[in-house]
Amino acid sequence: MSPHTPTLPRGVGVSLKALHYRDALAGPRGPAFFEIHAENFLHPGGPAHRWLEAIRRDHRLSIHGVGLSLGGNAPPAREALAERAVLLRRYEPDVFSEHLAWSSFGGEYFNDLLPIACTPESLARVVAHVGAVQDALGRRILIENPATYLRAGDTIPEPEFIASLVRASDCGLLLDLNNVVVSAINHRFDPLRYLEALPLDAVGEVHLAGHAMREDSTGQTICIDSHDGPVQAPTWALYRALLERTGPLPTLIEWDSNLPDYATLLAEADRAAH
Amino acid sequence: MQHTEFAAFAAALHDPGAPIPEGLTAPQGAPLGERFAVYRNNVHASLVDVLADRFPVVQALVGAAFFRAMTRAFVRTERPRDASLFRYGGSFPAFVAGFEPAGELPYLPDVAQVENAWHESWGAAEAEPIGLRELAAAPPEQLLRSRLGIHPAARLLRSPWPVGSLWSAHQQADPDLSSLAWQAESVLVTRPQAEIHVQALAAGAASLAAALLAGATLEQAYDAAFAEDPALDPGQALRVLAEAGLFTEIIVP
Repeated sequence: MSPHTPTLPRGVGVSLKALHYRDALAGPRGPAFFEIHAENFLHPGGPAHRWLEAIRRDHRLSIHGVGLSLGGNAPPAREALAERAVLLRRYEPDVFSEHLAWSSFGGEYFNDLLPIACTPESLARVVAHVGAVQDALGRRILIENPATYLRAGDTIPEPEFIASLVRASDCGLLLDLNNVVVSAINHRFDPLRYLEALPLDAVGEVHLAGHAMREDSTGQTICIDSHDGPVQAPTWALYRALLERTGPLPTLIEWDSNLPDYATLLAEADRAAH
Repeated sequence: MQHTEFAAFAAALHDPGAPIPEGLTAPQGAPLGERFAVYRNNVHASLVDVLADRFPVVQALVGAAFFRAMTRAFVRTERPRDASLFRYGGSFPAFVAGFEPAGELPYLPDVAQVENAWHESWGAAEAEPIGLRELAAAPPEQLLRSRLGIHPAARLLRSPWPVGSLWSAHQQADPDLSSLAWQAESVLVTRPQAEIHVQALAAGAASLAAALLAGATLEQAYDAAFAEDPALDPGQALRVLAEAGLFTEIIVP
């Protein structure tokens, strides 16, 4: 990939939602960058694009894809890649990222990130799909580690699978620490050991988000990747542990529903910056 | 995962009665079905939420519980084909029209049409509208023989129900329907700049707009409009449409 692939600043950014467009544009205080979901901007025109164009003039931008289904059985559709290439040319984001998950099968899109099996066969497929995306977009992309509720028949430990993917695809890693915490609770592993098995030198962005704890019918905890509240203590602890190993990294406060006011969102970003 | 495993997972997402696909595991003692149900719920609840955002007036008219049941039924029959959910839900008005429990509210499908038109207008391509001044600058004879380029964000809906008034009333927190006149209405949705405009049109102007949207010349469109409203003031009707931002160019034959 091009050695000139841009990168995000090593500061703290926030998710950009319609509720906050006016505040984001008004400034004067802003986050280090904003992040949008690619799929929310695939329509041709109108007010959302007008806001984003105006905000982009003064701010760094990350575009986060949630729908390319890179862990799926089929490669991403040519039209889907073409649409994202148009979006990237329009906004020239500092980074484009996608997920280690699947969400499409048999011509249907499931609006969720579904778990893949970490196997050699699946690794070869994901490497090919990531390669197709990087070729179509003409840039190195970041791949995000998943949050899961069940395992789909892994034969390779997930962090090892991710390390192999990063090596074989020359992609970067979007390290979602909340996903690590959610999966660690749901599958009962040590999040710090998981972290240490990842290729930390490939991390191009960190995600921090809130999660929700529920009890199942047997009284055991299940942790839901909800993105609907402040970042919680175990995720902050893992973040501190990460930064001790890597130094400062571009970090996003990912808040997708039950949105707070803009000042509260920026205050959450300040917590990560200090 | 093999093709059959993806297929089994996908099928179980939609059928709560289907067995949990083989090969999936949860830690010792954790109920696998409840873990799988998180995915099933995410897939369905998120689509219901998309429709609730898209059709708030329909939801207000039928109530939240009825709306959820109706959208769940829709999601069972119609699912997204790709990840751009902007493109999902366009067939919801037609589904509502065929949804028997909603039959007592015959205007409901047309209200859904207005909300869908608003959504399509919101995301349509940008274009610069032309106004009355540009139309007036064209030689009148030539203008009559011309067709008019239609703004990509323009939508027209002609209904036997007062759907524009119903929609407008619900833009306030406490909609007051007591003074609603239950008569036919036509609604024009346009986006001349950043904002989406929804306005009711008189019968003659609506007929003129419908003909122009269908690609008629201005002369043919006037004929159609006079047929519907012999008392039509053609200049005034064209002015209303131009000021709404319906036109982008004069296409001289």
